[in-house]
Amino acid sequence: MRSSTGIKQLAGLLVGGLLLALSTAVLSESAVTKGSKAADLGACVAPTEEMRRNHMDYLQHDRDLTVHEGIRGVKYSLAECVDCHAGKDEQQKPIPINAPGQFCAGCHEYMAVSLACFQCHRKTPEDKTTSLGDALDDKARAGHSLGLLLDAGQQPMLSPAEFAQLHALIQED
Amino acid sequence: MSKSTDQPEMNRREFLGKTIVAATAATVAPGVLLSVAKAGPEQKGVTSDVRWGLLIDTNKCADGCTSCVDACHTENGIDLQEKPEGHSDAMWEQQRVQWIRKVKLQDKLTGEQTNLPLMCQHCEHPPCVDVCPTGASFKRADGIVMVDRHICIGCRYCMMACPYKARSFIHEEVANQLVRAPRGKGCVESCTLCVHRIDDGGTTTACQDACSSEGHNAIVFGDLKDPNSDISKALKEQSSRQIRADLELNTGVRYTNV
Repeated sequence: MRSSTGIKQLAGLLVGGLLLALSTAVLSESAVTKGSKAADLGACVAPTEEMRRNHMDYLQHDRDLTVHEGIRGVKYSLAECVDCHAGKDEQQKPIPINAPGQFCAGCHEYMAVSLACFQCHRKTPEDKTTSLGDALDDKARAGHSLGLLLDAGQQPMLSPAEFAQLHALIQED
Repeated sequence: MSKSTDQPEMNRREFLGKTIVAATAATVAPGVLLSVAKAGPEQKGVTSDVRWGLLIDTNKCADGCTSCVDACHTENGIDLQEKPEGHSDAMWEQQRVQWIRKVKLQDKLTGEQTNLPLMCQHCEHPPCVDVCPTGASFKRADGIVMVDRHICIGCRYCMMACPYKARSFIHEEVANQLVRAPRGKGCVESCTLCVHRIDDGGTTTACQDACSSEGHNAIVFGDLKDPNSDISKALKEQSSRQIRADLELNTGVRYTNV
């Protein structure tokens, strides 16, 4: 009797340890697509937990600002998500971000949340050389960078408390 | 004798209004102030201080030239649309997106021919906005008439209502888009006066640029409310027409020599 409980306890300990090891391995592995621009960057436009929880609200909010108010230099831009998070295949060609297993689709499929953005919006980073006239491009490059991506080490523009406030505001609407 | 009136009880309304304003100011102010403080000069958003429009000199519009149409297609990713499998050429020609059409008019009596590009006329009183059941078809404060495709349900009432046949419907899934020109199955779209350029501080449209570089200079883009803009000066100097002026839509696109 005694020895069998001892074995059970040992087995339980082993299984528990294994699970712990597995889960830490999963936690330490980043969800960011390997080979994407984001893989080399320290931070997104907001802390990761913030983006995981609230990215949908930020984008939903901004679409009205952009379409109706003409404000295009907003902090959260879908194009910038794609720019940073789209992966590349062996030929270094960008893979659509809504392709199975890619950054957006991977999570959305798992959560069974439909991802309608890319029925209309561009799914791969745009080749900047084909964009508007040179004058406009220079203007865009100087000062008003569309997505306002943070450099590693640069402080986020808003504190977590401010984000929470902003988020509460959006939910009220 | 008590005084009867059909006017609303203004005092009560004012009181309610003020309370609501005060309450929202208290709760909303931190967030609002935050976003306002971050807004740069290009983040002010659209204002009704301007009204964008086009003036097209049909005498300068050359027969057979399609540079404005081509430029529009490149600028707005319309040339990325591909013929869906199984569609006949005739169907494709009828259904493909077109924001600008070249139109040729002929005077039946004299045989005189006039060429002109026809696009969304950006009406002050747009019929497409009147009929839209969801509010997707809307007029921006600066006079640009657009479709918010997040809200569009693809009913195509606006296409029926438009006297200029300016709108197109996306019948099939679209594989490739530009960042500045999203496009997807089931929505209506039309000329936006190159709104992405305007919002980024641009002062020309793709069609105007193309027409100028061809040497025709038939298209002038500008602010109709600014008396010193090229378009306002030109409108003041020569007689111009709105197409279907009888509908009293006060179009933002005007034509001379029609």
